[in-house]
Amino acid sequence: MLISRESISWVIGGPQGSGVDSASHIFLKSIAMSGMNVFGRREYHSNIKGEHSYFSVRFSKDILRSHVDKVDILTTFDSESIVRHSPFLVDGGVLIYDPDILTKKIEEIHTLDMSSEYRLRRILLEKKKNYDFQGLLEELRQRNVTLVELPYFQLIKEFSEQIKDNSLSKLARITNVMSLAASLAVLRFDTALMKHAIQETFINKPKISEINVEAALYTYEYIERNFKNIPERYSNFLKREKVTAKHVILAQGNQTSPLGKIVAGCRFQTYYPITPATDDSEYLESNQILKQKDNINGSVVVIQTEDEIAAITMAIGAALTGVRSCTTTSGPGFSLMAEALGWAGINEVPLLVSLYQRAGPSTGLPTRQEQGDLLFAIHAGHGEFPKIVYASGDIEESFYDTIRAFNYAEIFQTPVIHLLDKYLANSIITCSPFDYKTKKILRGKFTDKTKVQNNDKSEIYKRFKLGDEPVSPRAPLGMEDKIYWNTGDEHDEFGHITEDPITRMRMMEKRLSKLDYIQKVIPLEEQISIDFENDIKSDMKKLLVIMSWGSTKGAILDSLEDLVSEIHDVQFLFIQLKLLNPFPGKLLQEIINNKIDQIRKKSKSFLEKDVIYVTVEMNFLSQLDILIKQNTVIKSKFKILKYNGRPMSHTEIHDSLINILNNNSKDRVILTNGV
Amino acid sequence: MEYKIADYKTDVHNDWCAGCGDFGILNSIQMALFELEILPHKAAIFSGIGCSGKTPHFINTFGIHTLHGRVLPFAQGAKLSNPKLKIIAVGGDGDGLGIGSGHFVNAGRRNIDLTYIIFNNGVYGLTKGQASPTLKLGMKTKSLPQPNVNESINPIALACISGFTFIARGYSYDVRHLKEVIKKGIMHKGLSFIDVLQPCPTYNDINTKEWYQGFTTEENNPKIRIPKMYKMEDEGFNGNVNDQNEASVKIMNAIEKSKEWENRIPVGVFYENNLVPTFEERLQSRIENYDEYPPAVQKIMDNEGYPNINVDGLVDNLKIKSSP
Ligand SMILES: Cc1ncc(C[n+]2csc(CCOP(=O)(O)OP(=O)(O)O)c2C)c(N)n1
Ligand SMILES: [Mg+2]
Repeated sequence: MLISRESISWVIGGPQGSGVDSASHIFLKSIAMSGMNVFGRREYHSNIKGEHSYFSVRFSKDILRSHVDKVDILTTFDSESIVRHSPFLVDGGVLIYDPDILTKKIEEIHTLDMSSEYRLRRILLEKKKNYDFQGLLEELRQRNVTLVELPYFQLIKEFSEQIKDNSLSKLARITNVMSLAASLAVLRFDTALMKHAIQETFINKPKISEINVEAALYTYEYIERNFKNIPERYSNFLKREKVTAKHVILAQGNQTSPLGKIVAGCRFQTYYPITPATDDSEYLESNQILKQKDNINGSVVVIQTEDEIAAITMAIGAALTGVRSCTTTSGPGFSLMAEALGWAGINEVPLLVSLYQRAGPSTGLPTRQEQGDLLFAIHAGHGEFPKIVYASGDIEESFYDTIRAFNYAEIFQTPVIHLLDKYLANSIITCSPFDYKTKKILRGKFTDKTKVQNNDKSEIYKRFKLGDEPVSPRAPLGMEDKIYWNTGDEHDEFGHITEDPITRMRMMEKRLSKLDYIQKVIPLEEQISIDFENDIKSDMKKLLVIMSWGSTKGAILDSLEDLVSEIHDVQFLFIQLKLLNPFPGKLLQEIINNKIDQIRKKSKSFLEKDVIYVTVEMNFLSQLDILIKQNTVIKSKFKILKYNGRPMSHTEIHDSLINILNNNSKDRVILTNGV
Repeated sequence: MEYKIADYKTDVHNDWCAGCGDFGILNSIQMALFELEILPHKAAIFSGIGCSGKTPHFINTFGIHTLHGRVLPFAQGAKLSNPKLKIIAVGGDGDGLGIGSGHFVNAGRRNIDLTYIIFNNGVYGLTKGQASPTLKLGMKTKSLPQPNVNESINPIALACISGFTFIARGYSYDVRHLKEVIKKGIMHKGLSFIDVLQPCPTYNDINTKEWYQGFTTEENNPKIRIPKMYKMEDEGFNGNVNDQNEASVKIMNAIEKSKEWENRIPVGVFYENNLVPTFEERLQSRIENYDEYPPAVQKIMDNEGYPNINVDGLVDNLKIKSSP
């Protein structure tokens, strides 16, 4: 592995419910306050208490969009986290751990999974160490890992004596802040900033805030005093990188999309609880009262329904009244919504479905990453109707895409499925504050208020008026003189049931001609985003075309930024497909052909066969590749795939691309990393 | 403008079977809307799937013919985003109590101000007469190959325990009475349920018009014939809750009453409670201006088409504040 940028990767692990989240949050905040860019990611089990969860944070002076597999600093307060993550510590890294674990047996960790156990057994066997914590630590020592012992219990005791509060059980809850302070001490982080980050976190609980600050400072000092030989790379990292605080936000995917909804004017949302989609609705409900520019209070009504069928049908009912309406779900819930999606399709109802993918089928891996629902999203619902499927590549994009998605729904009067996923929902990045004030809201065609004069039948409102354009003006329920009907059956122009073959054909043509119309109207750069291309130079040997959709973007982009500085005779072109249905095949083909033409101008000997096509996606069947094959003549040789429930890392993509360029790769590259 | 009853009718060809009970219900809804002077464009009729599901097409108000079993969530979504609309939901017994029973129960928990009418014919009409959830155990209509093996649902009792706040029954051939019941249901503040006994002349040869309109004889004097169907209010039954403390007794009374069948079939109002806050009122307690500024009327963009919203505060919450 050769990742050139200077970044540090920090992992904190512990049983669920033990405070991993709050510790990682403070850590992230502190680091971001110092002016660093961060990328954080949460991994957890479908469980409330006891199973292993962890949070990884990567930070750097440069922009980061993904995680790496290696860990520089591993912070733990239980034994399982050490077994799971210490094999990934870099040589010369740092482990913070509770020396109490030495009395424990690895076999007694009931929640340990097979992969982690085998991994450790193999390593210890290779290095001829015993399969126990003693052996584990010896192996780490051999790799120059600095072992930072943090005797939590003893420190808490001493600390309680110092602050004259001996309710140890209450104080036990500060272990997480201690582990965090220890991590920051390893980085010789500014204590004033650390204090500030803790206070910000507990802003409404001054007592708790105070005790946490004290405990943090106490731990910090303990580490500083007892561990003077922290590797330079860490103790001096922040000083060396010399960053200054920036004007940034810390954004999490399950906040950015709902925030986009508020801006877009979504005022009605339904949901049935499901990971990782629920947070979206909770965010909306928590911020239900809105400040309008005209000083009137707006509001979003958020309804928890009895199931996902009710969720989507209620959202459709709301949409009929003219409100921008949305339902939010994940795979199992989306499966239940299929019939209603078709109803919205035949009745031309603008509706947004935020589909936060997770690993399927069935309940699959309920809290893990996968992009397995692409083809399903495109095909969900029986019969034929136009449907827009739109995917976001990263957290920042998801904000702006949500506004677009609502515009599409109304302009084209049809359901839009906004594809997001667990990786986006539960990751966190630093990015610029959202520039929302300049974004346009486009509501498509509404009928005007003209009234029917003198009972003139020809003026009677026709909801599904046939004309030159596929979209006819809509009216909200309740509008005077604009009465109309809807039905799931085929309808005439008024919306009444018909089985007339000619009307049927006309209505099919009206609706399905939207597919071409959509591709004509949506700006090309919103359909396909060229996320990376390097300057065209002469004597290029190869063109590497990478095509992806959704959240693999970050790791690809991070990898490409490294690759251009490592490899000099290759042109890179990274294409992110955002509009997945209707699929912009022609546009994709054009983008690539243009690129080839440009290269040819400079490198005469460059041939079609010098183009290497790679698709990257988190599923087994290479669903994007299937779409590309259906819609273009492009035949990607390489598919980088992953379906173990853990997101693709910068490391993995980087290495896979190198292997491909070195003629050292299988056609199907199956990635396997991740704890 | 003066409205006539004809203004509530469409000229869509009605393809129900001759003698279908649905006609009576359709007329009753049209008359109720007319008599309550609810302007056509202020009402929306939602329906499920089945013969009954076609109802909205014959009524000149907004008419939303939805999916099998899903009429209630569609209707509730519309009502919550525009509470000014008068909403009536209609559908079959299979629609509401079979495939849609989960929504029935959960709608009760919300108590949204709308009226739900079930066309109760004991069969799945449109799919040619299979047993519906209200058909009694052991009954074999002419459309069934074998007698019904399922116990039946008591819709009135189910509504009672689900939290509906107006619960009544009508009979599709007594349009005058049914119309009044529907009017009461519409006027009621909260979720109303009206179970309408609807003979299906084509598939249900048990609960026929003749059967409903038949007589039973008095116990002591077989010469005295009493109509099976009777109006509860005529016999002094009063399901009105005047004080929340009596709600549970009134619910029990209504359930008890709803068990009468075969020889005595009560119609009229089983239960009415105006004291339960509607969902809209509950929303109102969180969203102060919900009533006058519900989702459907909110202005989401300014005159130039930019978002009419200020989320600086929310963005600020995400900001990294590096100095205390
Ligand atoms: C999801 C789904 N399953 C099955 C059907 C087929 N179907 C159409 S109508 C109907 C039953 C209608 O019975 P009921 O709701 O009692 O209405 P009625 O026709 O008696 O008025 C069924 C099962 C359907 N339309 N949708
Ligand atoms: Mg029926």
